[in-house]
Amino acid sequence: MRRLSLLVVLLGLLVACKSNNIDQQVGVVNVSFVNQVNGNALTLNTATYINKSGEQFTVSKFDYFISNIRFIRSDGSAYTVPQDNNYFLIRSSDPTSQSLTIAGIPAGDYAQIEYMVGVDSLRNTADISKRKGVLDPGSSHTSGMYWDWNTGYIHLKLEGTSPQAPQDATGLRNFRYHIGLYGGYQSKTINNLRTIRVPLGSIPSLPPGPRLSVGPTLKTLLYITVDAGKLFDGPTPFKIADYPDVMVSPFSATIANNYATMFSYGGSSSVAQ
Amino acid sequence: MNVMMKFCADFMGKRRLLTSLSLALSLSVWLAVSCKNSAGNGVVVPTPPAFTTTPYPWKKPANFPDPVYDLTKNPLTVEGVALGKALFYDATLSKDGTITCAFCHSPFTAFAHTDHPLSHGIRDQIGTRNVPGIFNMAWGKTFFWDGGITDLDLLPIAPIQNPTEMGETMSNVLAKVQKSSRYRPLFQAAYGSDTVTTERFLKSISQFLLTMVSANSPYDKYARKEAGASLSDAAQRGMVLFQTNCAGCHAGSLFTSGDYRNNGLPRLANVKIDDRGRAIITAQDTDAYKFKVPSLRNIERTFPYMHDGRFQTLEQVVNHYATGIQDNPQLDPLLKKNGQIGIPLTAAEQADLVQFLRSLTDLQFITNSEFQPQ
Repeated sequence: MRRLSLLVVLLGLLVACKSNNIDQQVGVVNVSFVNQVNGNALTLNTATYINKSGEQFTVSKFDYFISNIRFIRSDGSAYTVPQDNNYFLIRSSDPTSQSLTIAGIPAGDYAQIEYMVGVDSLRNTADISKRKGVLDPGSSHTSGMYWDWNTGYIHLKLEGTSPQAPQDATGLRNFRYHIGLYGGYQSKTINNLRTIRVPLGSIPSLPPGPRLSVGPTLKTLLYITVDAGKLFDGPTPFKIADYPDVMVSPFSATIANNYATMFSYGGSSSVAQ
Repeated sequence: MNVMMKFCADFMGKRRLLTSLSLALSLSVWLAVSCKNSAGNGVVVPTPPAFTTTPYPWKKPANFPDPVYDLTKNPLTVEGVALGKALFYDATLSKDGTITCAFCHSPFTAFAHTDHPLSHGIRDQIGTRNVPGIFNMAWGKTFFWDGGITDLDLLPIAPIQNPTEMGETMSNVLAKVQKSSRYRPLFQAAYGSDTVTTERFLKSISQFLLTMVSANSPYDKYARKEAGASLSDAAQRGMVLFQTNCAGCHAGSLFTSGDYRNNGLPRLANVKIDDRGRAIITAQDTDAYKFKVPSLRNIERTFPYMHDGRFQTLEQVVNHYATGIQDNPQLDPLLKKNGQIGIPLTAAEQADLVQFLRSLTDLQFITNSEFQPQ
């Protein structure tokens, strides 16, 4: 009897450990989101940029959620990061937030990375017990990325100043883009969630093929270039003067379409460690 | 993963120590759980020490539908409700320690705020809307006049962080509550540890709000045919009028359909803001100036009326529906039947209707000491 119980335990142990992929080779990828404006590094407050409409602007804040990351192989199969660990908040004021360490990725070569800008509708309407970490509405760093009066996360926030922005009551010329909305809960609203796919290895000077090798003995780095200037100069360019403040109006969808084009492959490396 | 491997190795080495079936089985269960946890976040979470709570005996009134709130995701306990009640009556939740939830939701007005058309907050700031009473929250599909809140658990964040209400941040409130010696035993009793988390804070407030069920008005007792229950002749005539003319929106035993309607309120001349109601949330012009149909329970006590508190008396409200409605593209079709704007009601009928509305006042609820401050 005692032996039988031991056997049961050992079998259970094998199953339990196997389900944790102990025999499957995995690796870590460090994904860095490199914020830029029109090809120049993003420097908060002090650097002045010019959009294609000829307007000067500075940036004081550029924050966005990245979620639902998937690594896609060239045959189309993919590895999806476990859901509860698949929400990241990139904050322009915090360099550590711009670099994501994603472990447990099956070894192999990957051709594309896919992710969502914002927080998907399921998590946007989830029970408070599922809103941990960067999704915790009671946490100081997320408080600015959550609409408490219209329950939902702000997917992306760009704030700054421009001489072309109208003067507000305090005499400042600010612009604010707070883009949220996930399609609505009880009734339909705008859906500003955008899913991005970035091919890895599309740098013309390099030979084609998968750029991202992952494995237990590899140190794999991936850089995604994020051009905040595309928010103004994407598929539908607009002037700050015309739209200095956009939150929940229908124009928010135009801005989401614009910033959906701001991501590109910025290089990668896989080095034996 | 490393933690798991180490554990597996340790376990193999110590297997001879296993001498009983029960130990073996409990270990395998623990192992399964720990493997699951380690897969999620790389940390093996130990089982918290056992503590006991007393289930709160929540009952659905016989004449009510099933609740909307999922009580299984936040099982009510006597301890959780007590914690939520303490928070509800604590001015710590506001920036300058002057405003409690009960400031705008006082018990004797069925947890509404009377005297002011628009509710106010810290530093005597005036908000933009008239707060509704709090009762029967378990049946709310959404919350606020515009339905902007989709989950009762998320509701308290809005007044806490609204600059004209409590003007605080959630993270500050949580830090203040964590520091308070008063709350340590309350959190310990409700959750088995004194750690303050967003989830515990919000769910305990929900627990208290969910206990606030109002279903014992004279009308309810009459509707349930309870012994000794009666309505005056005027109220009975009013009930018939109500069912014909009002129950399309103020539907069912909750006296609200829970959806959004435009009831033809004329624009006020000196209005501070252009409150587009539901359209603020949906950005749809078809939702312009629609507001959530309020419950009419305890309506006599929750004056003033309408989202902007423009009416002080029930007579004014009923008269609005009879003669005051202004046509507009979003006006609810039920208020424009056969091309006629409004609900035709004589003065006598209006008076009967008001008598019926007064029969919806639940004094048992309003005076229940369970909901009052200690």
